[in-house]
Amino acid sequence: MNQATDEPVVRLEGVSKSFGDRTVVCGVDLVVPRGCCFGLLGPNGAGKTTTLRMIYGATAPSRGRVEVFGHDVTREPRAVRARLGMTLQEDALLEEVSPRANLRIFGRHHLLRDPELSKRVEELLDRLELRSHADLPVRALSGGFKRRLAIARSLMNRPELLVLDEPTTGLDPAVRQALWSSIRALRRSGTTILLTTHYMEEAERLCDRVAIFAEGRIVAEGSPAELIRCHLAAEALELEHDEDGGSKIPAALAMLASDPACVHALTIGSRTILYAADVAPLLARLHQSQNPDGHRAIARPANLEDVFLRLTGSSIAEQAA
Amino acid sequence: MRLSPRHAFSVWQRNATMYGRTWKFTLLPNFFEPVFYLTSIGIGVGSYLQTMGGVPYAEFLAPGLICVAAMNGVSYEVTYNVFVRMNFEKAYDAMLTTPILPDDILAGELLWALTRSTLYGSVFFLAVLLFGLTPGPFAAGALLVVPLCGLLFGAIGLTYTMLIPGIEMFSFYFTLFLTPLFLFSDVFFPIDERLSGGWLLVAEMLPLLHPVRLTRAFFRGDMGWLMLWDVVYILGVSALLLAQARRAIRKRLTT
Repeated sequence: MNQATDEPVVRLEGVSKSFGDRTVVCGVDLVVPRGCCFGLLGPNGAGKTTTLRMIYGATAPSRGRVEVFGHDVTREPRAVRARLGMTLQEDALLEEVSPRANLRIFGRHHLLRDPELSKRVEELLDRLELRSHADLPVRALSGGFKRRLAIARSLMNRPELLVLDEPTTGLDPAVRQALWSSIRALRRSGTTILLTTHYMEEAERLCDRVAIFAEGRIVAEGSPAELIRCHLAAEALELEHDEDGGSKIPAALAMLASDPACVHALTIGSRTILYAADVAPLLARLHQSQNPDGHRAIARPANLEDVFLRLTGSSIAEQAA
Repeated sequence: MRLSPRHAFSVWQRNATMYGRTWKFTLLPNFFEPVFYLTSIGIGVGSYLQTMGGVPYAEFLAPGLICVAAMNGVSYEVTYNVFVRMNFEKAYDAMLTTPILPDDILAGELLWALTRSTLYGSVFFLAVLLFGLTPGPFAAGALLVVPLCGLLFGAIGLTYTMLIPGIEMFSFYFTLFLTPLFLFSDVFFPIDERLSGGWLLVAEMLPLLHPVRLTRAFFRGDMGWLMLWDVVYILGVSALLLAQARRAIRKRLTT
């Protein structure tokens, strides 16, 4: 490596992207340090995928500068992509042929030749645990297998940076868990990882740092714990009421929200969430007041979803809708 | 950014690998198609005719049909197949995650189109040879025209495919463009004997006319300066269209 190790792998400076008069990404600054697992979070349409496309040079920014491995991606896309792996949201696999054939064809796009090509293909079949299905046509494989194959394909060139666009969207929980451990293993082996997700839980489990996107801008950035600490408090108390909160928040809730322990309160539809370093006293007060409105109360740790709610004023699902 | 021949070749390899799985099913019918045409029209219809353009009808028909085979072989590839790869299989999006650039994809697809047209044209040539319709050794020159025909229809088809919004637009291409070309490009009757001066100039615009005329010249061993114009037309139109296709594929894949 000729770069200093402290040089960031990805650096975005004042990056915007417009399609006609529609601005999809707006003034984004972003630094992904080497060896980090970095998450871009946000609802569909927040500008995550477009940001990734600019990072691997599939599209040029309208304004600003994108540097990867110290190269200007717009000028030197080949140099950047030779050292980067990208897993697309759609797997874009050859459905008619086997995983092995898919990998071989893709290896040639990286100019690998036999015997090195075969060696690399066999390595990847083992590493992503695809060997049992290596010779079946891809269309016969499950979604989890296909996604693992797509990831195997993007590791063909031993990338220093692996970019994953919504790696676990549409997969069942067991498959997601398995993929998470694959991603963790890659990170341990020194690969820098940049991923997008709209699952806040995924980001909390995998990422060292996250940037939260809303409407093309980064609204917050930091480690998941930092974000929760800065923007909210450690614990959340969720209360459900029957009708839409709106202007008419029931009296018990108003009382709890005005409690000095309560750092922040949010009402979304029929749900109000109160945040505090410790929600036990709030819960006690609710019970003392006989819970006149009959709220169902759930105490839980605050999470990134809460941060997202706090910062954008709506839930991810609402933003996506 | 300069074209990378090795990356373009990897695109060709991808298509060749995929085609290699099914070549028996696509090439074999392609061998019989000319046999049917030559038998039905060349020999069947031809037996009612004395001669056409100074030769027996089947012999008149053969060179043109070689070009039609090359044209059809390349046209399905650069229209439906390229459209599906680009928009449904997302194959080009996957390629763009590697050091491949849009120019390499276009060059690889064109090279593959040339390969297919050469394959199909050559198979037809073989059938014509077996029918005994090749009058002399010059006829082998047709094998040089076949890739030129592939280049021309590769360039036309790729440009069209890069510019259309939806797959249904190909019905125009096949029915309103390729079919009239097939019927009015000197394949079935000598157009210079049927058209008057002004219309002949219009006919010169038809792309299929030029490879057909070249092939026929080789078949008759009747070379002349007109062949140079035919080659210039093919190369010139291909270059102009490919420049357009290049802009279009960049726009399509990188916005």
